[in-house]
Amino acid sequence: MAINIKKLPRKKYVMPGNAACPGCPETMGFRYLGMALGEKAVVVIPAGCSSVIQGAWPRQGWGLPVLNIVFAAGASAASGLARALARRGKDAQVVVWAGDGGTADIGLQALSGAAERGENIIYICVDNEAYMNTGIQRSGLTPHGAWTTTTHRGNPGRKKPLPQIVAAHKVPYVATASVGYPWDFIAKLRKAATIKGFKYIHLHAPCPVGWRFDAGLTQKVAQLAVETGAWILYEFENGRLRLNPPSNRLLDPSRRKPLWEYIKLQGRFRHITKEDLAELEREIEENWEDIRAILRAQGDL
Amino acid sequence: MASVAEARAAAERLIPLRGNEAVAYAVKLARVQVVAAYPITPQTIIVEKIDELIARGEMDADMIHVESEHSALAATYGAAMGGVRTFTATASHGLAYMYEMLWWAAASRVPIVMAVVTRAIGPPWNIHVEHADIMSTRDTGWLVSMAENNQEALDLTLMMFRVTEDPRVYLPGIVGLDGFILSHTVEPVSVPPQEVVDEFLPPRRQPYTIEPGNPIAMGNIMPDEVFELHRVDMHASSRAAVEAIREAGRLYGKLTGRDYSSLLECYRCSDADALIVGIGSWMGDAKIAVDMLREEGLRFGAARLRWIRPFPWQELREAGLGKKLVVVLDRSVSFGHAGPLFLEMSSALEARPSMVGFAAGVGGVDISYEDIAAMARKAWSMVEENGRVYVPLLWYHLGGFYPMEPGPLPARLPEMPRAPLRGGGEEERR
Repeated sequence: MAINIKKLPRKKYVMPGNAACPGCPETMGFRYLGMALGEKAVVVIPAGCSSVIQGAWPRQGWGLPVLNIVFAAGASAASGLARALARRGKDAQVVVWAGDGGTADIGLQALSGAAERGENIIYICVDNEAYMNTGIQRSGLTPHGAWTTTTHRGNPGRKKPLPQIVAAHKVPYVATASVGYPWDFIAKLRKAATIKGFKYIHLHAPCPVGWRFDAGLTQKVAQLAVETGAWILYEFENGRLRLNPPSNRLLDPSRRKPLWEYIKLQGRFRHITKEDLAELEREIEENWEDIRAILRAQGDL
Repeated sequence: MASVAEARAAAERLIPLRGNEAVAYAVKLARVQVVAAYPITPQTIIVEKIDELIARGEMDADMIHVESEHSALAATYGAAMGGVRTFTATASHGLAYMYEMLWWAAASRVPIVMAVVTRAIGPPWNIHVEHADIMSTRDTGWLVSMAENNQEALDLTLMMFRVTEDPRVYLPGIVGLDGFILSHTVEPVSVPPQEVVDEFLPPRRQPYTIEPGNPIAMGNIMPDEVFELHRVDMHASSRAAVEAIREAGRLYGKLTGRDYSSLLECYRCSDADALIVGIGSWMGDAKIAVDMLREEGLRFGAARLRWIRPFPWQELREAGLGKKLVVVLDRSVSFGHAGPLFLEMSSALEARPSMVGFAAGVGGVDISYEDIAAMARKAWSMVEENGRVYVPLLWYHLGGFYPMEPGPLPARLPEMPRAPLRGGGEEERR
């Protein structure tokens, strides 16, 4: 789906004076969300950075209706809200805007339930790869070897393959996206809005504060994650997998930028050992192997 | 006027219903549009019955089959925020699992009605009646009521929709009914016709909705000073619910012949020397005990709190302040102190009458009217012997009385039967 910049709404959906840190990927993502869905969107936000970025009453920094909700209840509160608005005949698109903790950890059960029931919502996981709001503690989506305030020797675990976990629920639409590729994200949001049922978009969101990089580099770090193959852009539409540009050119590892270009910009990997770096590389290659296997099974490779 | 009420009462159908079914019919009559619930014994029949009513086309509602109670209340809440009438039901562990959502829903000032089928909380696993679950909701901002019988379970559910949606209140509400004793027991219940319920229940009102085109945020950070004022308003609204309940109860009486204008039900209270105070189904047995005690020459009455929140302060003071003795029955204990209802009664009566708090029936141990009469006699004899008494906790267990006042440990506790232990456990015990 081609996006024409001239046709995007000029309205700002992220207000100036909000409480985000400099270089925040969540405000970037939210801006694209507003551009993609406009006035139809109603946003459910479980506990996380985006609960705080709104700022304090009597104002709010998101230009859309927002229902804040407890940490574990994003998908379930959105289910009820979507049902009610549908019953009242409202032309609404209910969106969950949750962090990696609210999605992959404490919110996973509610997410799985809503996916299985086929609730008519778009669930967006804004993945900054740790609990940033409480001060950079590890989450189930922290990559191997990364420093956080609860993994001082580097994260021993590996990042959960969450988009695949959601896709295994056989929902009509699952996609990955990145704040480094706004057109791709906007196009995926618009496509999701045309599909009835449960839609999931996993938005990679590099966080300068938590990942320890310069606040001016958010976009660049996000793009490097994709260009090095550490983050893969793809979509499952009715169960069929398709790689999206630029990831579709990166099946061959030799076409990717060296992983080190992405790693070296981030303080969270400053003390990574050779072994941990090798393990991280191995895991990334395994993710690609999973993609290859699906494409082969579909007859696309 | 009376003839109209009589004609309407005659139009009501008297049908045999279990307590849970009575609640389900009330939910249908209230034209609830979204129900989200997770099954837990002894609440399950409510969920099954509502699903059946929807499947048969008798009820037009969405049933959201959530994966947990946390999600049950979250989905119910989300639907309420979207502007429709909603309902959920739970018990025991399910209620405990919902706990943070109870607070979130109440402080959002959104009307929601929930049935709580009272049950013990484990371990050990126990599905029988106890009030530890419902009493744990007192501080959350929800209105809390307790039914004595299946008729009242139906009536209070309808009442709760009207009261929670009253602009003076705008707080969610719990209708409590005792597990198995009401939930699974069939009683004849008078089901009001739809027209009567429609007259009683105006279209849903709520302070605001979350919908497209209205870019408000519910729940973002407030300055602490404003947060506190928000809580002050919750408290004031809960107190304002007293008048809303009285009015709704009067109107319900006019329409059905069953008047609920008092938050307290008094049985032979006015000429009594002593009162038995409690909540829930065993207060029906307390009334029988009162009759028995009066035949023995002990002038007891029974006062049943139909509402726990708001607390029936005024009614209880009117009924209890002038009595010689007030006996409080608790079906749960605030460990390390006393029964929660006793503590609340003490504040209302300023401990001016003699007061004795009994814990009994914990974990579903059967309590009959004989047991209640025995507790009343015991308390009466303590007053006869000592004059004025104030005993926060006297645990009644299988006919024995075990004093457990705050202070040093009691001399005598009921003996715990020892299970045969094997291996390491036995070694450690020696």
